[in-house]
Amino acid sequence: MNLSGTITLAHGSGGRVMHQLVDELIRSTFSNPLLEEGEDQARIPLAELTALGDRLAFTTDSYVVTPLEFPGGNIGTLAINGTVNDLAVGGAKPLYLSCGFIIEEGLSLETFARILQSMRLAADEAGVQIVTGDTKVVQRGGADKLFINTAGVGVIPAGFNPSAGGAQVGDVVIVNGWLGDHGAAILNARGDLALEADIESDCAPLNALVEAMFAVCPDIHCLRDATRGGLATVLNEFAERSGVDMVLKEDTLPIRTPVRGMCEILGLDPLYLANEGKLVAVVPAEAAPAVLAAMQRIPEGYHACIIGAVEEGDGHVILQTAFGGERIVDTLPGEQLPRIC
Amino acid sequence: MKYMDEFRDPATAKKLVAEIHKLASTSLSQREPLQVMEFCGGHTHTLFKYGIESMLPDNIEMVHGPGCPVCVLPMARVDDCVAIAEQPGVIFTTFGDAMRVPGTRKSLLQAKADGCDVRMVYSPMDALAIARKNPERDLVFFALGFETTMPSTALTLLQAHREGLQNFSLFCNHITTPATMRAILTDPDLRLDGFLAPGHVSMVIGTHPYDFVTRDYHKPLVITGFEPLDILQALWMLVKQFAEGRCEVENQYARIVPEAGNVAGLKAIAEVYETREHSEFRGLGNIGDAGIQIREAYAAYDAEKKFKLQAAASTHDPEHLKCADVLRGVMKPWECPAFAKTCNPQNPLGALMVSPEGSCAAYYAYGKLAKRS
Amino acid sequence: MCLGIPGQITELVDLEFLVAKVDIGGVKRDVIITCVVDDEHPAESCVGDWVLVHAGFAMSRLDEEEAARTLALLAELGDMQAEMDIMRQVGASA
Repeated sequence: MNLSGTITLAHGSGGRVMHQLVDELIRSTFSNPLLEEGEDQARIPLAELTALGDRLAFTTDSYVVTPLEFPGGNIGTLAINGTVNDLAVGGAKPLYLSCGFIIEEGLSLETFARILQSMRLAADEAGVQIVTGDTKVVQRGGADKLFINTAGVGVIPAGFNPSAGGAQVGDVVIVNGWLGDHGAAILNARGDLALEADIESDCAPLNALVEAMFAVCPDIHCLRDATRGGLATVLNEFAERSGVDMVLKEDTLPIRTPVRGMCEILGLDPLYLANEGKLVAVVPAEAAPAVLAAMQRIPEGYHACIIGAVEEGDGHVILQTAFGGERIVDTLPGEQLPRIC
Repeated sequence: MKYMDEFRDPATAKKLVAEIHKLASTSLSQREPLQVMEFCGGHTHTLFKYGIESMLPDNIEMVHGPGCPVCVLPMARVDDCVAIAEQPGVIFTTFGDAMRVPGTRKSLLQAKADGCDVRMVYSPMDALAIARKNPERDLVFFALGFETTMPSTALTLLQAHREGLQNFSLFCNHITTPATMRAILTDPDLRLDGFLAPGHVSMVIGTHPYDFVTRDYHKPLVITGFEPLDILQALWMLVKQFAEGRCEVENQYARIVPEAGNVAGLKAIAEVYETREHSEFRGLGNIGDAGIQIREAYAAYDAEKKFKLQAAASTHDPEHLKCADVLRGVMKPWECPAFAKTCNPQNPLGALMVSPEGSCAAYYAYGKLAKRS
Repeated sequence: MCLGIPGQITELVDLEFLVAKVDIGGVKRDVIITCVVDDEHPAESCVGDWVLVHAGFAMSRLDEEEAARTLALLAELGDMQAEMDIMRQVGASA
């Protein structure tokens, strides 16, 4: 298919031009047996699912990031990994994704093709397939270049039941690596702060990592990925729902120097920066060494570490500063704005 | 990170804190705490970020000053910003933290949501770059801040003038520190014993503008840096002054603050700005000679003239909001009837809850911590 | 408006407009150096200087000797205290 032009309203109108886009570009890039069946729906044998566990996990997310492409990924890789991870942190084996595109008239076909290709590679890496979808085109101004929605299903093996309300006093808090990379990379890529920094998004699938964790510790109490709002937001959810305090040690938090530098310059707190390849786990203390060892054998977990513990309390996140004091890490009220003071 | 991490060393902090405790127990009154005002919002932020107040002896009390330009911005000025932003063709640029301050109708963030072209910039030079790229639009930069930001905005205006840019203007809301300090010192409700003076303002104005504090009001003052060790060292220096019966202007931040201030910066400020006769401050009312305006020679770059703003009608905060009293240090945040009830970080009614260094925002979090311990 | 942090000037970007590149913990940004140059310390001699960066401007040259002096004083202060504590303990047990 000729990729030299741009997406036009015709590409969404249901006619020949649209069918060409869907068949020759989208379907052929995502290609897999279920998709090849070419029906209006993907038909998945139930037996295949029940063989893997006792609950269906089902999730959806929409992706509207600007810019579309940034160091470390693009809106497409986010869309795949984001939904894969939402399934994985429920203990599910992610299986099948749907993918809905809302494209703004004028998007370059080359860009669209590049994003599709990344999505295919991301899906392959995560071991999932995109088996159904939809494409719409809106006029200029009707969307910000490209919006993607992905929904996904997976199956949860019996006995896996992490829950935001599951943290218990004495548990240990673990993350799988560097915090804040994605948020910093996006801020940087937007260009309006005119900073140059060697920061890449950490966008990655976490299902292999999660599988390894459950294999050594079926009783993981809490598990979430720390996306929008960062580590602080997830921990506040855990603390509140479980009715405990999460106490973090500042000098154990893994933050890359350039991310720290950006935060110092702009007056931002890295605990609130988004991540796209980081999870937060709350596990029983006696299981922690085994969980860490299992994580550190997998690329997405090489830098896994303990950052704190669960104590009695009434739903707060406390940071023990490297300085020797303590402060509360509250939920973010709105968007974090760079300080000048 | 060099020249930052060393000034955050916890081991040194412990030793400094011990020194302060020792001095405080032998040389200060045990019944009436020493009231030290850290004037600057940046210092308030460091105090809370590192939990420094909890480390101090009971007979040293920090009074949080009004040196947060966002916090002292009257609602009327926010209304002016919104009015400018709503003009057709205007690109309104501002530092980030000013965007959330509520006006009588809306904040700049809300104006942006309603369709105004409001953009956050890190530097006034970035605003100038936007003006160059958009010659058909009117670029307005919200020039906010004490003397720290005045050289930057002045130099940017001079650059715009050099390039003959027709579409660039500043909405000048700068305020000066010494005049504001004088208003604090003459406030009958405040009993202060000493000051930690803003390090970065001093980097621009030098040490001598503070001489009047020791000379006329007999309060010792230490110019202070922004890392936790800076603040602890400055407090130690201040308490030592009390212990030794001295009353001086001392410079803790000598690595950055020259005695004469910044020559090039002061020159640019003098070229572009002059004092404004009347300036309204949230909480402090009208302070003569504390406000700054653009000189007549540069009227073409003055957004107030370009957009024909009326002299702002004085809009006071609603009766039940005690921003003014908290700002002056007369009332503690939790004593305000709206605190944590109708006014909180998710729904801030006043600037002290909006700004991360406003006392109310800080106490909102810190208060929960006090409950825990 | 006080959020200024120390950075090191790594290169001159524009001599006429007095723009230099500054490195802050690995993050780089162009800043205006008008406030840190003068006849005795022209733009060309700025490379390698540590400066206080605020809102895109280098606002002051960091006096490295003064910084070292301050840190030494702080270290000594603590040591004095530690020594006195030891002396006190020794005295008490004598």
